[in-house]
Amino acid sequence: MLSIGTKAPEFELNSTPDQKLKLSELLGKNVIMAFYPADWSPVCSDQMALYNEMLKLFTKHNAQLIGISVDSKWSHLAFNQSRKLHFPLLADFEPKGKVAKLYNVYDEVEGESMRALYVLDDKGVIRWNYLSPVGINPGADGILDALEKLNHQ
Amino acid sequence: MSSHLIPAVNSNDHIMGDHKAAVELLEYGDYQCPYCGQAYPIIKAVQKKLKAGLRFVFRNFPLSEVHPYAFNAAVAAEAAALQGKFWEMHDVIYEHQSRLTPEALFAYAKKIGLELDRFSEDIQKESLSERVESDFESGVRSGVNGTPGLFINGLKYNGPWGEEDLLEQLRSRLK
Repeated sequence: MLSIGTKAPEFELNSTPDQKLKLSELLGKNVIMAFYPADWSPVCSDQMALYNEMLKLFTKHNAQLIGISVDSKWSHLAFNQSRKLHFPLLADFEPKGKVAKLYNVYDEVEGESMRALYVLDDKGVIRWNYLSPVGINPGADGILDALEKLNHQ
Repeated sequence: MSSHLIPAVNSNDHIMGDHKAAVELLEYGDYQCPYCGQAYPIIKAVQKKLKAGLRFVFRNFPLSEVHPYAFNAAVAAEAAALQGKFWEMHDVIYEHQSRLTPEALFAYAKKIGLELDRFSEDIQKESLSERVESDFESGVRSGVNGTPGLFINGLKYNGPWGEEDLLEQLRSRLK
């Protein structure tokens, strides 16, 4: 993974079929980047469904959550609607996994992103990272701890 | 990632069983989650077998967006707690998980003998919603990543929770 203290590399990806999001648009906010392997994992233990319930807590910490996988913008749209997610899912679809590769979290064998988390501060610098075993939902306690430390500095 | 309970079990918790019990099983549960529904009779069976050796604690972890009835069901159980009937409500809800509309919750409240006027007032209380939210936050802090989120003696338990597996885990801590 990219190391703590690194400036998070810029990228631009589709957040909806007709909208794009640039990382630099989020300067001024802490950013939680959640790379995950694929849309449509089982509901009750689903990482994105869990994070969706935590947006209020993230907002308290001036943090914006973005999910990133290699699924297409259309898959993301359907997934987003089905799970009623209230944060952007970015389509790292073409060229496939470009952003995951940029952040050193691409799994070449599966052709998917690894399950990895980055927390950036409001200046776009990486302040925390975590690589989870792919089958395990990492939860959010690490993210909350990282955000709390940021706000105390 | 975190693997122990934050905060530890305390007097605000819903606790069934002896405070001197050798083993403590805690569940972060969602009343509408089908897996929690599956865990419900298993935990009952395990409680029956371990008797005074086991204390069971329940905290709320509703995934409100995927389970639109879960939050209100949690509040209803908290309202029942104000009349000393938390476990009665907890049980009746898990036994009728497929019907959790407001009408159904009132019917369950009546069935377990709650004073309905009071119940109706209590479920509006902000303090109960806050209680459910704070349970959820404590779950996240404790590393819960889905439901049921189980902790044995304060440590996260990630293994299988079929009756045999769970019994074995709990019994091994009785010794």
